[in-house]
Amino acid sequence: MPVLERDDAHIWRRRTTGQSLVRWFGWLLGVAVFVYCWQLISESTTWFFVWDAPRIANDIWTRATPPKWDYITQLGRPIWDTLNIATLGTIIALILAVPVAFLAARNTTPSALFIRPIALLVIVSTRSINSLIWALLLIAIIGPGVFAGVIAIAIRSIGFCAKLLYEAIEEIDHSQVEAITATGASRWQVMAYGIVPQILPAFAGIAVFRWDINIRESTVLGLVGAGGIGLQLSASLNVLAWPQVSLILIVILVAVMISEWVSAKVRGAII
Amino acid sequence: MLRLQKLTKTYKTGDQALKAIDLEVPKGQVLALIGPSGAGKSTMIRCINRLVEPTSGGVLLDDVDLTRLGSGALRKARREMGMIFQEYALVERLTVMENVLSGRLGYVGFWRSFLRRYPQSDIDEAFRLLDRVGLLHMADKRADELSGGQRQRVGICRALIQNPKLLLVDEPTASLDPKTSRQIMRLITELCHERGLAAIINIHDVALAQMFVPRVVGLRFGEIVYDGRPTGLTPDKLTEIYGEEDWEATIEKVDDDEEVEAAE
Repeated sequence: MPVLERDDAHIWRRRTTGQSLVRWFGWLLGVAVFVYCWQLISESTTWFFVWDAPRIANDIWTRATPPKWDYITQLGRPIWDTLNIATLGTIIALILAVPVAFLAARNTTPSALFIRPIALLVIVSTRSINSLIWALLLIAIIGPGVFAGVIAIAIRSIGFCAKLLYEAIEEIDHSQVEAITATGASRWQVMAYGIVPQILPAFAGIAVFRWDINIRESTVLGLVGAGGIGLQLSASLNVLAWPQVSLILIVILVAVMISEWVSAKVRGAII
Repeated sequence: MLRLQKLTKTYKTGDQALKAIDLEVPKGQVLALIGPSGAGKSTMIRCINRLVEPTSGGVLLDDVDLTRLGSGALRKARREMGMIFQEYALVERLTVMENVLSGRLGYVGFWRSFLRRYPQSDIDEAFRLLDRVGLLHMADKRADELSGGQRQRVGICRALIQNPKLLLVDEPTASLDPKTSRQIMRLITELCHERGLAAIINIHDVALAQMFVPRVVGLRFGEIVYDGRPTGLTPDKLTEIYGEEDWEATIEKVDDDEEVEAAE
């Protein structure tokens, strides 16, 4: 923040002339890169298909409407499977995430040198692989079906839940822990009285948030054969049964809306 | 009863918070620890129950050196020392009753405490203490619903239900208004008197300390520079503890005209 002195007056500008020039040059560079990238993308696009897109989209739309409403009788079971995959997967993930989070949090880890890096590795590795890929791997290992879906969702969610939870643990008010320690409480009692009450709201929030995400993730697991409504979706797509596809998409939309409504209600009740 | 022998604490940063402190606190004596911020008051209190590990020296509670205890024995020793905190340090999301009962954690097993199955004698004592500090009707409220003064009284109950010999009190009135501060100080000193407890009270407010305690210890840069009766705190002495300032107004005799409201 430059302040110039001129005729007994202090003149204040937000930036010096040099800083303004640097910023102006930065913007110029950004625009140039954008134009160059646009050109690259344009060259490798088959524009014939793009010009064609509205017609094709319209074609699919007319084939897909109206949805084949009586197909709904066959969707009850798959959507129920999908909900179960999400719910069971979330519960298993939470059970596994709690100890990982306590091992990863700086203020509760037994050893910052050895155990914490392992816990962090678990968090990163489970988070970095998409649940579809986990499902593909698990189908190869334990065979296709709902169980593979549950495990895929569970593994995928451990890292997410543990990461948010250990951040919550690191942010607790230390004086409450000190006060419980000062009474002569054991390590586990300090955890139960000093730490757990403080992270309980965060835990509940994480649980419903992840459940909400998992409902959406589990709808596509069927595409690779891991059970749920995705199985119907991929079958319908393969035979180009567009009215069925549109009905499935509507069912998924309704399921996701309901799950969002539930998680919003639960989070509102906790906070 | 409590004896500090050459108690020293050097932080990792190299700051010497305590420089070979020697102090003796007889049974039942309440003393105030005064001194500027950063003089080592909090560190000293925390070194006694080893929330902060002292670097060297000894802390003798009834001739047991606390600095040499293993974790199990340390937990047993901590039960003898109740602690009261500046920002109350109640577990906010637990009820008043749970907070008071948490003072018994050193005496009950994990599952009993986890399931809140405390012995009836503990529960009776908790109700008695809450009644004594005038919070019986609040027993079922959550701790974060209480006002500052009320929270501090819950903190006092939590310390006393440990059935301690010694109270370690860290700035009990720093977040309270002047009237509530007096009430809390009066309550602490009265309760110490009733139960014959010794107490070390960290306090910023010199006038408040002079009003309630028979002995004042002044700490500066981790060293004791004053130890004596509150009446001996002359402007010279205060200058030695805190540095240059006009002290006349501080040590003016404070009339305690609000004698009536002990704990409403």
